Amino acid sequence: MIEFHLDGGSRLSPYQQLVQQVRHALRLGLLSEGDQLPKVKDVVAQLAINPNTVLKAYRELEHDGLVGARPGVGTFVTATLTGPPPAVLGALRQDLLKWLVKARLSGLDSEGIEALFATTVRAASRKDTA
Amino acid sequence: MTAALGARALGKRYGRNWALTGCTLDIPAGHVVGLVGPNGAGKSTLLNLAAGMLTPTTGTIEVCGGTPGSGRAQLAKVAFVAQETPVYPGLTVAEHLRLGARLNPGWDDALARDRVAGLGLDPRRRAGKLSGGQRAQLALTMAIAKRPELLLLDEPVAALDPLARREFLADLMEIVAEHGVSVVLSSHLVADLERVCDHLVVLVAGEVRLDGEVDEILATHHRLTGPRREVSTLPAHQHVVSASHTDRQTTVLVRTEAPILDPQWTVGDLDLEDLVLAYLSGAAEPGRRPALEVLR
Repeated sequence: MIEFHLDGGSRLSPYQQLVQQVRHALRLGLLSEGDQLPKVKDVVAQLAINPNTVLKAYRELEHDGLVGARPGVGTFVTATLTGPPPAVLGALRQDLLKWLVKARLSGLDSEGIEALFATTVRAASRKDTA
Repeated sequence: MTAALGARALGKRYGRNWALTGCTLDIPAGHVVGLVGPNGAGKSTLLNLAAGMLTPTTGTIEVCGGTPGSGRAQLAKVAFVAQETPVYPGLTVAEHLRLGARLNPGWDDALARDRVAGLGLDPRRRAGKLSGGQRAQLALTMAIAKRPELLLLDEPVAALDPLARREFLADLMEIVAEHGVSVVLSSHLVADLERVCDHLVVLVAGEVRLDGEVDEILATHHRLTGPRREVSTLPAHQHVVSASHTDRQTTVLVRTEAPILDPQWTVGDLDLEDLVLAYLSGAAEPGRRPALEVLR
């Protein structure tokens, strides 16, 4: 079971934050198939938010095929969002570390690296969709 | 689904002063509605009209399919917690529950007892000796134990400290999730409303300035920033809520269903508080600012 939290400074609306937290938990393996999401009533009592917000988040996750509602029981995870296995992730991480060393030696600071990374990811995804 | 609250050209006059004018609203059941506005905007008047404590001067109001104050059946459908969450100071918590049971045909005694126990209230304690938060919780217990279809709350958390406020709203949301009751609550704290309300009504000087679902309101309002220009040059479908200019720059807040295509504008999103403030201050006459409770 995961616990939700809301970030008041976030640009995302409360329901989007809930959706994102479930997706993150699925990616990180904190949630896997068959796990139950917190009951609407409990989320509402814990965060003092409108029940419709939680229902909307769960409906969106259901629409994405990630969870399923069992009437009278609760909402359960029905799919996983796992990436590549840990060994592959580790190798990618090693490559990235090597690249980071190179970037620093070229005089980029963390902020510059993040900016370059973000724009490159955006540009690459644009090329993919084009 | 019947409307929780419907008003047609509703108006209320006290002597020579109109507290509410031309109020037309449609609030579907199953929502938590936030009622916002400065002091004297007519929030309490609207809630009192819905509860049947006041009768309209003009127009009509319908609550849960009936006319407020029309009889016992109507009374049972609506629960009203007036400002400052009044309780009887001389009566104990247990006596409040007995009173509730005698006066309300649909009284849910188990629910009332569970809540009192869950809140850790001593049934023998006099209501006058309770803290502000506990008094508000007792009033909410009384209101919810009559199992209403619509719960009207006038500034329920205004007098509470942040922790008690949070607990009260969390309990209220739990009740909504469990019993499916519709709620209309007035508050000047937009930050609280943003989390708990899915429908918003902004009242200014006795008139409804904004009425709609929160998600839709947020999606249709944009802050546009760009080189200085006259507001009258904006397309007709962009309704201007507020505008300000410097010698070079213009910032406008618009409401529109259509996407913003003009490349001169930088488009920004707003949070609910910015938006409500724009509606409240946009209504101010030059040189006369209304008392903005939202700024508290």
